[in-house]
Amino acid sequence: MTRLMRSLEALRSRGDRALICYLMGGDPTPARAAEIVVAVAEAGADVIELGIPFSDPLADGPSIQAAGQRALNAGTTVPVCLDIVRQVRRTVATPIVLMTYLNPILSYGLQRFAADAAQAGADGAILVDLTPDEAREWQEAAAAAGLGTVFLLAPTSTPERIRLVGRLCTGFVYCVARTGVTGARVDLPPDLPELLARVRAETDKPVGVGFGISTAEQVRTVAELADGVIVGSALVNVVAEAGDSPDAAPAAAELVRSLKAGTRRA
Amino acid sequence: MPDAVMPDARGHFGAFGGRYVPETLVPALDELLATYLACREDAAFLARLADVQRHYVGRPTPLYHALRLGDKVGCDVYLKREDLCHTGAHKINNALGQALVAKRMGKPRVIAETGAGQHGVATATACALLDLRCDVYMGEEDIRRQALNVHRMHLLGARVLPVTSGTRTLKDATNEAMRDWVANVRDTHYIVGSVVGPHPFPMIVRDFQSIIGREARAQFAEAMGGLPSVVTACVGGGSNAMGMFHAFVPDAGVRLVGVEAAGRGVETGEHCATLSVGRPGVLHGSRSYLLQDGDGQVLPSHSISAGLDYPGVGPEHSHMKETGRAEYVSVTDDEALVGFQMLSRTEGIIPALESSHAIAHLTTLAPTVPAGGSALLCLSGRGDKDMETAVGALGLGNALNGGQ
Repeated sequence: MTRLMRSLEALRSRGDRALICYLMGGDPTPARAAEIVVAVAEAGADVIELGIPFSDPLADGPSIQAAGQRALNAGTTVPVCLDIVRQVRRTVATPIVLMTYLNPILSYGLQRFAADAAQAGADGAILVDLTPDEAREWQEAAAAAGLGTVFLLAPTSTPERIRLVGRLCTGFVYCVARTGVTGARVDLPPDLPELLARVRAETDKPVGVGFGISTAEQVRTVAELADGVIVGSALVNVVAEAGDSPDAAPAAAELVRSLKAGTRRA
Repeated sequence: MPDAVMPDARGHFGAFGGRYVPETLVPALDELLATYLACREDAAFLARLADVQRHYVGRPTPLYHALRLGDKVGCDVYLKREDLCHTGAHKINNALGQALVAKRMGKPRVIAETGAGQHGVATATACALLDLRCDVYMGEEDIRRQALNVHRMHLLGARVLPVTSGTRTLKDATNEAMRDWVANVRDTHYIVGSVVGPHPFPMIVRDFQSIIGREARAQFAEAMGGLPSVVTACVGGGSNAMGMFHAFVPDAGVRLVGVEAAGRGVETGEHCATLSVGRPGVLHGSRSYLLQDGDGQVLPSHSISAGLDYPGVGPEHSHMKETGRAEYVSVTDDEALVGFQMLSRTEGIIPALESSHAIAHLTTLAPTVPAGGSALLCLSGRGDKDMETAVGALGLGNALNGGQ
């Protein structure tokens, strides 16, 4: 079992749920990003999702689009993000999952990326525009390197798709809470319990839920249903507000502490 | 519609194509594929399509023997007059076909991306005809340079949603349309405007556009009693070229030449010569040639013609480049402007700046056409929409006052 799965299992066995925190690699700069990841891990994040920026992030809303652009402007590339993982790994044992789109990884080389990511200390990777249908080569590369693969499920997924995705995920199943792009929303989708029930009926893998979850209250509600709660844009917004300053890491850590309270069972 | 030997069941044209999308869209693409395959076999659907093609679009479009242009460039030239289609370009062939499919799926809302505005106008037109709600994403830069088409879309009842991200052109409009589709997929059909995107779009758009080549091949045979030596068309995403080429693919003796936009020159980096200098990658749902940097980031593109200003290209073109069945060349902004004026003055036909790229390349192509042979060119659209850009680029008062 991978560190990622062990960590989620351990949380599950003590009635806790994972807080999965998304940060954009290289935002605002690669050096600051490493600081922020360490602070977020120390503040209680159970899993870190580290974004690798892509010029055309078509599943992302304005917050993460802007974060990706800041990171690209700061010179962030795949090797730079792997460096961030390496640096963070010196002090932090929290599982790290890299999240990006297929093209930068294709350009780097699938096998080379899987091997280098695992060696840098990453636990898994999510390629947003790679569904199981086209993923054979990627799965083989990731399996050979010991890197976990996480695929997405959506509210539109059929039972067959849920089974297929469940079977191929070796970290957790990433359940997209709503039809739409990433970004903070005022309300949770009302059909979320029904969606989770459909997912649970087809897979027993741990399920993380994300897209549009930004407040401690929302985290608490989703933690009743899922094994992990994913928060992205809200954290990215805090980093954006701080700009390239030493305030970014403590500001992100403070938000994480307040969110983490929502995943703990009384 | 012809039997499609390509793509395979999962949308691959050799090593290209496929389906690279967020999971949310997979069921919608499956639904679209199933509906489309049923339409393709359905006599009532095909009859309705044939009826609108004939009585609404104005098909078959003429095949015109361009004698004065031929004299000028030095070979026999035939123009397939897609500029005479209703709305002024070939885009209506696909927009109407897909709007009929959307109607059959019961989706009340349609979205589209547009660069030059021709696909946006065609989609807005089809939606007016079929009573569908229509939202068109268009980059701010393109809204500026194609203002006439924005007014047309508004008049047709569509909303034009300005896109301010990235280079504010077709690539970014496509990103926004994809994001909208992910959010509203249950009641919305996305009418992709070129032979790009995830399976089944490259196949569907090709099939609806392939009427261009089928008509032209039959018209040419009737006029000349044979086949042209060369068939040529401009390539951005590549829908008019694919529509023109498809019927000629089995004719091994017919050269197929796609003309890309070299912008300010391929060596300047400001161009859209994707097949000429790009390398394979994944953008907007399929694997194909792509303009990208060494880190896999998509590069900004440039062309004087908004409709060619796109860093990707249809996967079937990538396949035809790889197999050698088609050749791809490129023509600069300045050369395209020469083509624009040349057709205007020799034939009294003002072409779209997109099509002007193919016109311009005739000069290079002509010496390679064997004696007694002919070049067949897809004149994909008319140039009214480009007046402002062309006047600006050529110097006000020169070209349009009949000056030399």
